[in-house]
Amino acid sequence: MMLNLVLFLPLLGFLAVLLLPKETARLGSLLVSLAVFVLSLGLIGPVLDSPAAYSFVTDNIWISSPQIHYHLGIDGLSLWLVILSTFLTPICILASWNSIQKRVKEFFALLLLLEFGVIGVFISLDLFLFYVFFEVSLVPMFLLIGVWGHDKRIYAAVKFFLYTLTGSLLMLGAMIFLYNRGGTFDYVMLLEMLRNGKLALSSTEQFWLFMAFFLAFAIKVPLFPLHTWLPDAHGEAPTAGSIMLASVMLKMGTYGLVRFNLPMFPSASRANAGWIVALAIIGIIYGALVAMVQPNMKRLVAYSSVSHLGFVVLGIFSFNQIGLDGAVYQMLNHGISTGALFLIVGFLYERRHSLEIKDYGGVATLAPQLATVFMVAMLASVGLPTLNNFVGEFLVLQGAALVDFKWAVFAAVGVILSAVYMLWMYQRTFFGDASDEVKHHMPDLTAREWAISIPLLVMMIWMGMGSGGFLAPIGASNSATLLQTKRNVDFQVKTTPSVLAQSGEIKHAR
Amino acid sequence: MPVNFMPSGTDLFRFMPEIILTLAGTLVMVLEPLRPRGNRGLIYAFSLVALFAAMAASVLSFSDPGAAFQKMLIIDGFATFFRVLVIAVGILTVLSSHQYLGQEKAESGEYYALVMFSIVGQCVMVSANELIMLFIGLEVSSIATYILAGYLRDDKRNNESALKYFLLGSFATAFLLYGISWIYGLTGYTNLDEIRRVLSTPELRPSVAMTGAAAALMFVGFAFKISAAPFQVWAPDVYQGAPAPVSAFMSAGPKAAGFAIFLRVFMTAFQPIADRWEPIVWISALLTMVIGNFAALQQTNIKRLLAYSSIAHAGYVLVAVTSHSEVGTSAAMFYLASYAFMNIGAFAVVTYFSRKGEKYLAVEDLAGLGQRQPGTALLFTVFLLSLIGVPLTGGFFAKFYVFKAALDSNLIWLSVLALLNSAVGAYYYLRIIVVMYMHEPGAACDNLPPLPAGIRATLWSAAVVTVLLGIFPSLVLDFAGRSVGFVR
Repeated sequence: MMLNLVLFLPLLGFLAVLLLPKETARLGSLLVSLAVFVLSLGLIGPVLDSPAAYSFVTDNIWISSPQIHYHLGIDGLSLWLVILSTFLTPICILASWNSIQKRVKEFFALLLLLEFGVIGVFISLDLFLFYVFFEVSLVPMFLLIGVWGHDKRIYAAVKFFLYTLTGSLLMLGAMIFLYNRGGTFDYVMLLEMLRNGKLALSSTEQFWLFMAFFLAFAIKVPLFPLHTWLPDAHGEAPTAGSIMLASVMLKMGTYGLVRFNLPMFPSASRANAGWIVALAIIGIIYGALVAMVQPNMKRLVAYSSVSHLGFVVLGIFSFNQIGLDGAVYQMLNHGISTGALFLIVGFLYERRHSLEIKDYGGVATLAPQLATVFMVAMLASVGLPTLNNFVGEFLVLQGAALVDFKWAVFAAVGVILSAVYMLWMYQRTFFGDASDEVKHHMPDLTAREWAISIPLLVMMIWMGMGSGGFLAPIGASNSATLLQTKRNVDFQVKTTPSVLAQSGEIKHAR
Repeated sequence: MPVNFMPSGTDLFRFMPEIILTLAGTLVMVLEPLRPRGNRGLIYAFSLVALFAAMAASVLSFSDPGAAFQKMLIIDGFATFFRVLVIAVGILTVLSSHQYLGQEKAESGEYYALVMFSIVGQCVMVSANELIMLFIGLEVSSIATYILAGYLRDDKRNNESALKYFLLGSFATAFLLYGISWIYGLTGYTNLDEIRRVLSTPELRPSVAMTGAAAALMFVGFAFKISAAPFQVWAPDVYQGAPAPVSAFMSAGPKAAGFAIFLRVFMTAFQPIADRWEPIVWISALLTMVIGNFAALQQTNIKRLLAYSSIAHAGYVLVAVTSHSEVGTSAAMFYLASYAFMNIGAFAVVTYFSRKGEKYLAVEDLAGLGQRQPGTALLFTVFLLSLIGVPLTGGFFAKFYVFKAALDSNLIWLSVLALLNSAVGAYYYLRIIVVMYMHEPGAACDNLPPLPAGIRATLWSAAVVTVLLGIFPSLVLDFAGRSVGFVR
């Protein structure tokens, strides 16, 4: 019930904000999103008690034929991602408080609709339901970029929509194939059937299904070389759009990899890990190198996301507890620290109305508080110990090193490069002499801006110092995932041949 | 053998919708000169009442399903489904035409009568159990539609549209008729069940090549009606030239009825030679999708764009037909139903927006509609998202069931290509949304009249059905699934 409320309250808020007069839109959406956040905190307790199982399960039949369940549940993997979404939505609303002046009502309503979509993605336990939310969340983001974005907004919005849609349509095809083989869209039931051998997929089938799911998620992550929509979408989106896109929507891709690809197609995942890791490492280094030469702050942060998300994929495909824990933790860290970077870039844009780094300089003397907040966020993003990203990156590197030390070496280059591009941007923006335009347009942080920065700063430090508390439920659900991937592989080798007669692969092996 | 040719009461009861509409249409024609001057609303209201009565009659007649008139017609779930659908299309067409005809100074009874006659023809088509009845229904429907396409007789575009439609249409019907006569010559029957019996009995079976050729001839006729490639060339010109509400009608009603007879003939009579026609439909489905989608990418005229999109959608339905299974048939039925509503909704917006003389038809003219008329723009967006196939709209489940049916029948390549095609299709629908919301309002959006009541009713009911089908598809799909029993 509680989980349903967290899911549907944003939808109700969306309708209410649309129907209510324009003047109440800001406050109304803020109150709704805060209520959702407070409610979502209530999810923590029960999930911590049994992080490897699903809590708050609702399972009803939505459509009878083909049978589609309205099946929701939350475990250690999805818990923090849901809370990240509910945490960032009020921040986005406050961040857009003054900067959005046209079509105000629609903007805030769409943010709530987006929240509905992303929460739904993280808690769906039915493949079909997952797909529905995966697609539904596209529409508000498309409109947020396209209506309220910067100059090239339409190009960016359409590119974003078509890229994601193409990938996800193939995933839909794979889901239907699974349904035809297994007779259900229910994720839990499918896993059970894979586990006990009722549903045996040949290695060719596994490969193509894996690829269909992987493509959809790799576009969303985005993994090199499918990342080209991201700089455009980020660069053109309004601040709130960039924050939600980077912090939450990219995680839908990595979440999907952990939730679906690994446990459902374990042998294909392991067989393909090699080139995926290679792409991830290329993404880490390439993203960092391209970020270095960006003249535009938002595009710089966007490319840094390509680099950071490469770490997540690297951790996922290391197939060990440390790497996977690090990857999931890094999803949250990236959400917090990149969200904060986009937020502060948004502050700068509201003042100077430019995203070009060359238009700044000397901001630190004029707005020392803003400079300090930016510095903390930047250091977090770079991976300074005691701040959040350090923990995630460290775990990922350790996990990668367990498999192949070379991976860790290459990935570590990305960490160094991230310090280069971030510090260099910081230097050019905040130090040096201030031009006249900057001098006249650079007041320091307002109370509202402090109010939205502080929670993010607190989280960076908290997640950097007290990572144990956050990692415990993640680790528990990850070890269940890893167990599942092993079980499934073992099963293909050990079980009696009679059960496996339909699996061509085993016949071949004999 | 003495045969009683007098229709029984049951026959008449099962034929009630057609009777009601024929009488109403004739009455409208006869009484039109007698109506009080200046009272245009009367005929409009009368037609609506007649259509609702016909819909009620078709629902009622399903309480006692079975054959009628010596098995020439059959009133089963399938027929009832399509009867209700085409009559609903008729109601929405009439609702969205009233104001349009008034503004073109062309409102007269014959328009409404022709719509009703066309629907009579479609009702006969979908319940035909025999090739001659099927042909008669098709002709009744087509001839009424030819006239409707050229209804504004002073308008050049209307004339072009009607002439093209008529010439090509009669050519295609000739193929169909030729095919029918071949089948009669080969099997000695026109009744679908008998043909099926003959084709599936080894001793009676005529040469496969000849049967195949006959089926191919009939396919040409059907493919024309449903605008399937390579017989789709007429559709863009005709849809563009015809009055906007008529284009809406043509893309929904006659198309659904055309698919209904296509399904019924190929799934019953020609079911025994399914493996022969499957590859042909496979190719036609793929071509239809590709041509429709890629041509639509280039269009700047919104009617033409919707015409090409309607070709593309016919391609998706053909994918379901290719699977020649019960699942495929019910998927096609669901698709046609949800397509009818979303497309009529989209055309109703065009009807409203183009104004007198259909001046504003460029996609760019819609710039800023989202700011000038947020309500209309929102409804249009719902239809467009449904045409793209975004979840929580009917269009999504329609595509989903089609893909599922295709994968069920192991048409993996065709479904992958169809999936990719629908990604291509997303682009041109998105462009309309982009123009409406993301461009600054242009001159075409100034002085928009308030939404007329008829169009408002069309838009809202179409939108409600579209969303309802997107959330509770079982409402329609269960019925469709139960009524495909004619296959075996």
